[in-house]
Parts: sequence; C-alpha cells; structure tokens
Amino acid sequence: MARKSPSSNSLQVRQLSCERDGRVLFAGLDFELGAGQALQVEGANGAGKTTLLRTLIGSAGDFTGEIAWNERAFPAALPDLRAHLLYIGHGAGVRRGLTPLENLAWYGAGRGEAMRALEQVDLFGFEDSLCHQLSAGQNRRVALARLFLPGAPPLWILDEPLAALDVAGVSALQGQMACHLSRGGSILFTSHQPLALAGLRTLNLSEYATEEPEPLAEEGTDVFA
Amino acid sequence: MSSLEQPVLDYTPRARNVAGFVALLRSELLLALRRSADIANPLLFFVTVLALLPLGVGPEPDLLARLAPGMIWVVALLATLLSQESLFRGDFEDGSLEQLALAPQPLYFAVLAKVSVHWLVTGLPLALLSPLLGMMLNLPSGGYLSLFLSLLLGTASLSLIGAVGAALTVGLRRAGLLLALIVMPLYVPVLIFGTGAVQAAVDGYAYGPQLAILAALLAGGTALAPLAAAGAIRISLDN
Repeated sequence: MARKSPSSNSLQVRQLSCERDGRVLFAGLDFELGAGQALQVEGANGAGKTTLLRTLIGSAGDFTGEIAWNERAFPAALPDLRAHLLYIGHGAGVRRGLTPLENLAWYGAGRGEAMRALEQVDLFGFEDSLCHQLSAGQNRRVALARLFLPGAPPLWILDEPLAALDVAGVSALQGQMACHLSRGGSILFTSHQPLALAGLRTLNLSEYATEEPEPLAEEGTDVFA
Repeated sequence: MSSLEQPVLDYTPRARNVAGFVALLRSELLLALRRSADIANPLLFFVTVLALLPLGVGPEPDLLARLAPGMIWVVALLATLLSQESLFRGDFEDGSLEQLALAPQPLYFAVLAKVSVHWLVTGLPLALLSPLLGMMLNLPSGGYLSLFLSLLLGTASLSLIGAVGAALTVGLRRAGLLLALIVMPLYVPVLIFGTGAVQAAVDGYAYGPQLAILAALLAGGTALAPLAAAGAIRISLDN
C-alpha cells in the first residue's frame, strides 16, 4: 500500500446522507473515528445502520457528502481502507458446509492461530464439526473468531456483533474489543445493547432522519433486504 | 485475554494472492465434494436424457448414430446450465461473497477459483462419461476422441460463460429462466464448434480446427469472463 507508516488511521465522515430505494435514510451525518476509538451506531429498525456501514466499506454506492480515510477521500481511498478493514456483516461470512477451522483457514489463518482463536470464543471441541450442525450463536462465534486471530486489521466494522450471543460470549467479545482499542485499533459497530467499553461514543441515526418515520410495516424490511 | 500484544498501527496487509487463490480453491473443492448431490444431479440428468432418447426416437442404429454428436452436446450444455444457478448463491446468502469482494486480492481470482471447481465437478465428469453415452447411441468409432476432447474444452468455456450469468442474477430470488435467457445465446458458438468437431471426426475429416477454435474460446473466456463476473457480483452486492 502507498502509506508505509500510518501514524493514525482515521475515518472521517462529513455531511453524509444515504439513500435507499429513493428514500433518504439520514442526512447531515458528521463523525470521526480515530485510532483507539470506538463508536456505537444506534437507531430504530430501518434507520439505516446497515446502509451506513455498507456505505463506509464501499459496498453501497448511493451517498452524498464526504467520506475520507486517512485524509484521502472516497473512492480513491477505498483499496487502502479495505486493506485495513475487518468487516462482519449480517451474513456473517461463515460457510455452512465448512468446519469452523476450515472457515478460518478460508480467511487466511494458519491451523495453530485458528485453534487458539476458536478456543477464545469457546468453540474448543467444535473445530471439526460442520457449521450447519452448529447453532446460530455458535456460527456467530465462528465469525467473531476472526477478531481473535493474530494480525487482525486495525479497522473493525461490525454489524450487530452481539446478535445471538450469550452472556459469556458478549463479555469475551467486549474484552477483545477493549484489547483492540488499547492497541490503537478502531471499532465501529451497530448494536441495540449497551456495551461497557472505555471511551465508547454513541451515534443515534434516528436523530439524523430527514422525514417523519414511516409506519413500521413499511420500514424495517428494507435494511435487511 | 489475547495472545497478541503488538500495536495495530504498524499493520501491513498480508499479501496472499497465490496463497489466497490456493486456499480458496481448496475450500471450494471441499465444499463441492461435501455437496455430492449437487455433483450427481447434472450427471444423472445427462445420463437419463440420453438413455431415454432411443426410447423416444426409436432404436434404429443409423438414426441414433446421426443424432449422437448433436444430442450429447446439447444435453451436456443443458446439464451445465442446470448446475450453474447455484454457483454464487450460497456465498451470496451467507455473506462470504461480500467478504470476497472486500478482500484485498482481486475478485477475478476468486471467481476463477469457483469456476475451476465448478468445471472439475461438472464439466470434467461429463466429458469422462461421454464415451460411454456415445456407445449407447451407436456413435461411429471415429468420433470418440473428438467427442471427449471437444467436451473437455467446451464445458470449461460453458462454466466460464455461465458464471457471468450467475453473477448477474445472484441477487434475484428466482433467477433460473433469466439465467438461461442471458447465457444461452453465449453458449451457441461453443455448441456449434463442439458438435462441428465431432461431426467432422465421424465423417472422417480433420477436426483440429474446431478444437483450436474451442481452445481459443476457452482462452478468451478465461481472460474476460471472470472480469465480467466480478463486475456483475459488485453490482449484485450493491443493493
């Protein structure tokens, strides 16, 4: 990559507004995420949390405003951002026909590091079971095991990482997130649950909604589509 | 808590183009072999349709011999098409297609890996089975080698072309017919030169030129189809 020594990875968003299916989800969004910082995105169902995350990783193209990674604007900065990104979305990226160990190998982990990561998400003993035999929460843990691999990228963007996790899973994840922040990483995540992280800021997308929220029946579905 | 203590600021992305391709190829192959029903389906279709053909048109050896090159090729083409729809679907649904699109290595290689495995589990077995079906249909003895070789080259092109259609339609719920409509016209040149090679061999002519054209189609397809499919995947993911 062009930047050899990024002294501080930072993601800046200025006056961002996103549109989906002809509807403006939010407008005038401003925030900055620097090294060692965490930001929790909140908002009602359909407020555009997933759309925001997918816009930031360059997967959803419809936005106005400015997104910059290390002072370089999108879309020129996208390859560099993606090289420093670990993204876990709604579809967790866990292939059901593979075992947890094979899934992590698919993400480039060696056997030893993958075993250690699986141990930390409490999947020891399940490493050779097929993922479609595991529960939803266990599959979530397989996806989250990527956060426990050595050499994880500095920017984490996580969509509902706590979904389907039990109490022990949440606390393990919380610990790993704190550890990542202390090493100078940055985390942007969506969640409806409060997380105990030092210096955690929250961003409520509903405050940036442009229109009156529509009836629930019409909302909700589009973000997950 | 964690085994790693070094700061992440001096993070350098792992360059793993070749290793990434090999890892992808391995897991794709593993997945394909575990879904053995998906491998068996096109083969069963191939064998069943061609076994029914003599019942439909009558068992006269001369008639069957005349039909054999074209019928074997058309059914092989349909069998490939049948298996094509699911090429990216599973990955699209579980989010791993998005992960591939975000990965630092080009999506081209990911598509190439998937298509290679698709060919290994459909095209290659079809080509290997074809002499047996040629015998069932009384194919003249001169045609066997050209049938095998033309299917070997041709099915690889079909897999590549079909990947573009599969990538374009992966975001749609019921894509089967649309996929066929997109892909069928592009299959036509492969079909023409494939049957042409077999017919030429049966008639006792040289079939080298037809095979050369099939190989050229394959070379062009290898260079261009994964690019087109990668672009189509990005479009499919963006909504």
